[in-house]
Amino acid sequence: MASTEEIREGLAEIVNEITGVPAEDVQLDKSFTDDLDIDSLSMVEVVVAAEEKFGVKIPDEEVKNLATVGDAVTFIEKAGS
Amino acid sequence: MSRSQARVVVTGLGATTPVGGDVASTWESLLAGRSGVRKLTQEWVADMPVQIGAPAAVDPSEVLPRVEARRLDRAAQFAIICARQAWADAGYSGKTSEAGLDPERVGVVCASGIGGLTTLLSNYDQLRDSGPRRVSPLAIPMLMPNSPAANVSIELQARAGAHTPVSACSSGAEAIANGLDMIRAGRADVVVAGGAEAVIHPLPIAAFANMMALSKRDDDPAVVSRPFDKNRDGFVLGEGGALMVLESAEHAEARGARVYAELSGAGMSADAHHIAQPEPTGAGVIAAIRKALADGELTPDEIGHVNCHATSTPVGDVAESVALNAVFGDRTPSIPVTAPKSMIGHLLGGAGAVESLATVLTLHHGLVPPTANVDDVDDDINLDIVRSTPRKLDDGPLAALNDSFGFGGHNVVLAFRRA
Repeated sequence: MASTEEIREGLAEIVNEITGVPAEDVQLDKSFTDDLDIDSLSMVEVVVAAEEKFGVKIPDEEVKNLATVGDAVTFIEKAGS
Repeated sequence: MSRSQARVVVTGLGATTPVGGDVASTWESLLAGRSGVRKLTQEWVADMPVQIGAPAAVDPSEVLPRVEARRLDRAAQFAIICARQAWADAGYSGKTSEAGLDPERVGVVCASGIGGLTTLLSNYDQLRDSGPRRVSPLAIPMLMPNSPAANVSIELQARAGAHTPVSACSSGAEAIANGLDMIRAGRADVVVAGGAEAVIHPLPIAAFANMMALSKRDDDPAVVSRPFDKNRDGFVLGEGGALMVLESAEHAEARGARVYAELSGAGMSADAHHIAQPEPTGAGVIAAIRKALADGELTPDEIGHVNCHATSTPVGDVAESVALNAVFGDRTPSIPVTAPKSMIGHLLGGAGAVESLATVLTLHHGLVPPTANVDDVDDDINLDIVRSTPRKLDDGPLAALNDSFGFGGHNVVLAFRRA
């Protein structure tokens, strides 16, 4: 299983590809909407790309709970364990 | 229809076409008779009954940032590029409020013939190959036909309304007619109007080819699109678009804007004849031309140029010639006409916009671009076709028409007057 930092880096790559936000800005404490300015459509793209990259399922009803990058990393860690 | 007080002028132009990534290069290519038709290089072309097209001279990926481009269908990419050019050309910078405009008084009318077809089809491929989870959440906002208009309104912060007329190959001209109406009706002072299309894809190529609408010639791509020529056998599919800034003359005057031409009138009609065939007597086209003249308070004698729809189909080009002769009578052979599709192919929902832009520039510069590939004029065509080199127009008062017709029997004729 990937480490927390590996998951963060993987997510950062995805976020950069989809939104153009620099990968180094995608840190655990950042809010997807308030800090990274990711809209709801792009968030769905990020989630689907993350599912594929990390081999996990992120149900639609969970997405609203993933406020920060850290929330997403934690969810992926748990889902993958 | 009675004519309202507001005169409407063209103050800004933007284009990206098969012969140039902007207005200057497009105009230069049209004057030079340079074709944008080429052999298509995509992998899927090998199995196609038609293997040529007129792709945009400058790919939008060379102009737009990657992240912006990936959220837009290719047609909307063209529209955004054209809007930015036209807006700057009109002397505006930044969004409406930054440009000193009331956002509520600025509108957008951006046409599409078919909408975001390539987005639709690529998402269908995803659905079929990888399942529903892989269909993009951006699919709908990208494929909806109003997406180019909506994105331009967001880009400029234009809030008077964003509209998308859909009338096949006359859509782009209809958008300009609708823009004229918006200003005359007092709903806006400034309207960005035109159209864009991007459907060079195997499905529309196969479909148009099966309609017998596309040329099946397989010689030098540059000579395939040949409006009015005896050996024409169909159109060539192109892509791109154009937008123009329309403004009430009063508004343009107050800010000292450069005026390219006046958009003096529009005429529209429906053939009510056949879903794809033009009505052979040209009755619908004749009605649209007469309405455009009346709306623009012009007499037939004042028309010194016609930018023809002329797609290079056997029936359509003749019907247009018949209609022009019916309206202009004995004067017809002395009115210089041109057919840009001989060089840019058929841009569908973008065609009427690009060709209106060419009409405006023809009046502005006093030069009619030539029609390419008219080696042997069809005996049934009775028109003064400008060939080989540009034709200089006399100085002084002058008006010109742009014809646009669409599958479904839509006829749109715009009348422009020298400013």
